Amino acid sequence: MSFFRFSRSKFSGDFIFEAVVGLFALGILILAFFLFRELFIGSELSRNTFGLNFLATTTWDPVNEIFGALPFIFGTIVSSFLALVIAVPFSIGIAIYLSELAPPKLRTPLSFIIELLAAIPSVIIGLWGIFILAPFTRDYLAPPLSTYLGFLPLFQGPMYGLSMLTGGVILAIMIIPITSSVSREVIMTVPVQQREAALALGATGWETTRIAVLPYARSGIFGAVILGFGRAIGETMAVTMVIGNSPRISESLFAPSYTMASVIANEFVEATSGLYVSSLIEVGLLLLVVSIIINIAARVLVWKLLRVEGGGRA
Amino acid sequence: MEKDYNLVFEDDVQNARGTIHPPAISRGFSLPIDPRRYKRKLIDRIMSFLAAACVTIAIIPLLSILYTVISNGLPAIDMDFITQLPRPVGEPGGGLGNAIEGTFIVVGIACLIGLPIGILAGVYLSEYGENRFGRFVSFMADVLTGTPSIVAGMVGYTLIVLYFKSFSAIAGGVALSVLMIPIVTRTTEESLKLVPSSIKEASLALGIPGWKTTLYIVLGTGKSAIITGALLAIARISGETAPLLFTSFGNMFWAGGIDKPISTLPVQIYTYAITPFPDWHAKAWAGALILIVMILILNIGVRFAARKKFG
Repeated sequence: MSFFRFSRSKFSGDFIFEAVVGLFALGILILAFFLFRELFIGSELSRNTFGLNFLATTTWDPVNEIFGALPFIFGTIVSSFLALVIAVPFSIGIAIYLSELAPPKLRTPLSFIIELLAAIPSVIIGLWGIFILAPFTRDYLAPPLSTYLGFLPLFQGPMYGLSMLTGGVILAIMIIPITSSVSREVIMTVPVQQREAALALGATGWETTRIAVLPYARSGIFGAVILGFGRAIGETMAVTMVIGNSPRISESLFAPSYTMASVIANEFVEATSGLYVSSLIEVGLLLLVVSIIINIAARVLVWKLLRVEGGGRA
Repeated sequence: MEKDYNLVFEDDVQNARGTIHPPAISRGFSLPIDPRRYKRKLIDRIMSFLAAACVTIAIIPLLSILYTVISNGLPAIDMDFITQLPRPVGEPGGGLGNAIEGTFIVVGIACLIGLPIGILAGVYLSEYGENRFGRFVSFMADVLTGTPSIVAGMVGYTLIVLYFKSFSAIAGGVALSVLMIPIVTRTTEESLKLVPSSIKEASLALGIPGWKTTLYIVLGTGKSAIITGALLAIARISGETAPLLFTSFGNMFWAGGIDKPISTLPVQIYTYAITPFPDWHAKAWAGALILIVMILILNIGVRFAARKKFG
């Protein structure tokens, strides 16, 4: 818009500078456009061959060239959901502790340490997952689950170390830093008067959090959770290394599974035929679209809250 | 006077509750203790404990990762590991020298592409971005920070690898820059928005043109914050594996040029980790140690430097 405004004024250094940096800003949109365009064109063959059946077929057969992404969609959704089930209570607990209940001196170092977890490369978490976490879930986490909750189909069958359960746990570990730090930021935007009012009425620290802080921050925390879900869906290496990579849909969390991101990571280089490559690109397109939508939803929720704070409603 | 007032107030309260205790009155202003208070205090303690437990449990994986990487990686590291080429299975010795070199090259290419675009786009968003276009770009950059890394790899593949018909270092750099640009844009925008407008106004009042003000005054003031953001983005992409699997691919030899496949540390760790050979597992741990040390030094160092400067 401002280009037109400036073009009416005289051709100045300011105009050139704004145009140049504006072009780079436009580069962001071009980048987004290219992401979609490349995957859209690349997946054309697969989209034309399988149509919407691609999303509903469970066969993944490179030899006979029949491709259906359902097992991967299933694996991605279940593993990410499992990650949320584990990570959300922890993240909210962490956010509450670090913003409300912890001694002020501990807050900065502790949140720094939690955020450090996000800095560790996915491939190293995966390496740790193969050799430490997978045996741990097999030997210590799965037996009690099958003993006490074995009546559920979720916890039946033999437990292999590399399984949906391990994948979910490792994803939970990886999304806790982002979910908890965004929740914490959101909680810290709650106006201090809100807390003071509760404290003045004689509420304890936890009561203040429960009555005055959490209801105010609810939608923002929900945004943080969705953001974590988006991260979990797109996470590749660590999951690929521990989920077992078997394209079957199983009721049991103890069985190996496969995710959209890991099928791409494993098979893209080896994909020989055009249709095979194209199918994998369509999986990637799906992944991109879903995670962009999820991110937009999360941003809208978080932004709305931050804007409320800016507007000073209290 | 004041004491009388308090007593009256207290009597009122206690009458309302029907719990007048003469000794309480004689001690001055103090509300009678509600028995429910203990329960509430207890719940407060329990919830604080649970919240603290969440933090503790979340830190355990981090400590476990650091411990296993150090204890498994340290014995496998020596000069050979850093300077030699990988050897085939069964042959002892050898190292990941080429992968370390390759990581620097690919990340360097990503920086050459990503930093200028990211920083200049961030300058636009903070200085001229108060319009619909600017807000939309800012929103898109924010959303793009959630791009799955494997998708960035696919775009590097379809754009560069298919075009040059070969895996290459430059394709890896492009894939990483796709992840880097949105991050750098947003951190630059945020850091420049913190530059006080009084500084800008002072410069403009001296008759310095707007673009020079932005370039020298605003960028100069926000410089260290931008560098902090850029270094954190570099730390973030240095460990990325998924975008490199089918862009820079891998290579058993020293780097041969940016149009050739190139070995990188993360991909090499992954390749070694999923093999059944204990010797290669040891190498994977050693590679992980080197990578984690590089990234954590960058990460922690930058944060500490930034805190000293701004805090």
